[in-house]
Amino acid sequence: MSEPVIKVEQVHKWFGSHQALAGVDLTVNAGERIVVCGPSGSGKSTLVRCMNGLETIDSGAITINQIDLSGGLTAIEQVRKSVGMVFQQFNLFPHLTVEENLCLAPTRSLGLSAYAAKERALKYLERVHIPEQAAKFPLQLSGGQQQRVAIARALCMEPKIMLFDEPTSALDPEMIKEVVDVIAELAEDGMTLVCVTHEMGLARAMADRIVFLDEGLVVEEAPPSAFFNAPKSDRTKQFLCKIL
Amino acid sequence: MSWVRENLFSSWGNTLTSCFIGFVLAWALVPFVDWAVISADWGGSKRTDCNSGGACWVYVIQRFDQFMYGFYPVSERWRVDVVGILLVVALTLFFWPRVSARLALLCWALALFFCWFLLTGGVLALPYVETRLWGGMMLTVVLTVGGLVLAFPVAILLALGRRSSLPLVRISCTAFIELWRGVPLITVLFMASVMLPLFLPDGAGVDKLLRALIGVSLFAGAYLAEVIRGGLQAILRGQYEAAAALGLGYWKTMTYVIMPQALRHVIPGLLNTIIALFKDTTLVLIIGMFDFLGIIQASLNDQEWLGLAAEGYVFAALIYWSICYSLSRLSIKVEQHSGVHRV
Repeated sequence: MSEPVIKVEQVHKWFGSHQALAGVDLTVNAGERIVVCGPSGSGKSTLVRCMNGLETIDSGAITINQIDLSGGLTAIEQVRKSVGMVFQQFNLFPHLTVEENLCLAPTRSLGLSAYAAKERALKYLERVHIPEQAAKFPLQLSGGQQQRVAIARALCMEPKIMLFDEPTSALDPEMIKEVVDVIAELAEDGMTLVCVTHEMGLARAMADRIVFLDEGLVVEEAPPSAFFNAPKSDRTKQFLCKIL
Repeated sequence: MSWVRENLFSSWGNTLTSCFIGFVLAWALVPFVDWAVISADWGGSKRTDCNSGGACWVYVIQRFDQFMYGFYPVSERWRVDVVGILLVVALTLFFWPRVSARLALLCWALALFFCWFLLTGGVLALPYVETRLWGGMMLTVVLTVGGLVLAFPVAILLALGRRSSLPLVRISCTAFIELWRGVPLITVLFMASVMLPLFLPDGAGVDKLLRALIGVSLFAGAYLAEVIRGGLQAILRGQYEAAAALGLGYWKTMTYVIMPQALRHVIPGLLNTIIALFKDTTLVLIIGMFDFLGIIQASLNDQEWLGLAAEGYVFAALIYWSICYSLSRLSIKVEQHSGVHRV
């Protein structure tokens, strides 16, 4: 239960002259559910995107499942097969049906047979409660449904870790709940989750630990109860005042 | 009747405009229709059978086979027909819903090899037919289809290469595209037919048609590459990231995620280039090959059929137009079929 699956050590990241991450340390154990929050521009999306190599870091080290991400393309591709990611904008493949979206990576990246991939796809579509949409195209679905398909697509790789990059930020308010419910269900199943979100309801519902980031640094790390009721740093208090 | 009243004669201004356009159309079209249809000669077999003062279609009918097959031996023309039928079947592959891309590509590749061997012959019991004898519509189609099929893979690689993050690949692809786009097709064909043999050792003669085909395909490849690059630019970064996050490598991402979308975006542009190429093949006339237009032009000098240039050119225009228009309809069908409207 307690061996670390994600180790982020002294990570620095620059975009031109702008420093996005200024020496972040973070350790996530297997089965832990982490919510990363912070004001916009605090580097929280960048941090999550570094964890599967979508962004390269300038210094420091990130180790995922004992694989060092600095080990070149093969290491990164190996990590990506065990780390699922859900994006703010869903990023479904619009030219493929829902089912094809789900089957593509398992067949092409993991080498599953078409039959096994399809079975898996249906299993995870049921898990996100939309098995009846398998034959539709992404743009025929509502935003909430698209995001649930995106979650199912990531799950089809049967990853050990799931990363969520503001999964509800592009959704209409009435659709947030269906996505939050699905993520909360995943959290109950014991998967390791790292979720960037502004949705404090989600943070309360699923997080073991909330990590508060500001200006590229971890300002505070605490379980939800302590974080919401007794924040230590002034910066956290300020932030909570604004959003709650 | 009510449609006419509402749309053409709803006001004084409209009525005047309608009358004016109607008059111009009648002034231009009536004599043409009279020449081309009403007082035209259709029956007979000789120049002297045309005596009504209208178009002499007897000439086109008599020469039709030559316009289609060039100098291909009459007894072997069935081979061209088989290839033509195969081509139509291959085109319908675009509309079979359950054909995978890989199978379709394989079918195309096999069909092309088969067609080449069938047309040239020299294997099994098929007599050898020199490419020098190929001509007419058949040559036009061989150049267009052959050129395109060779050009497409080149174009895709060039388009990807031009967007590559490796400087050497990017620079050489850009240079290649700019070189071929900056040179007129006539120059390319001249180079292929006249200059290239000078550089090759004696006896290593590559067939002239093949040389023209390669020239045409590299030329078309450069144009197609830019069209495809336009499609690639329309793909959002999120698509690359989603594919990467799923563990798909560069080539798999391109093959299954990016290219299918990019190509769908640029179907109109691709068709534009294809139609242009189809008509540009008429330039092979200058390297001594008789394509459809070339063979019509050549037959205008025939002593037995002098003075029929109008008929020849009108016929050529009609055929070119109907093929290009059919292609345009086909591309609309492909667009609908490939689900562009869903994207």
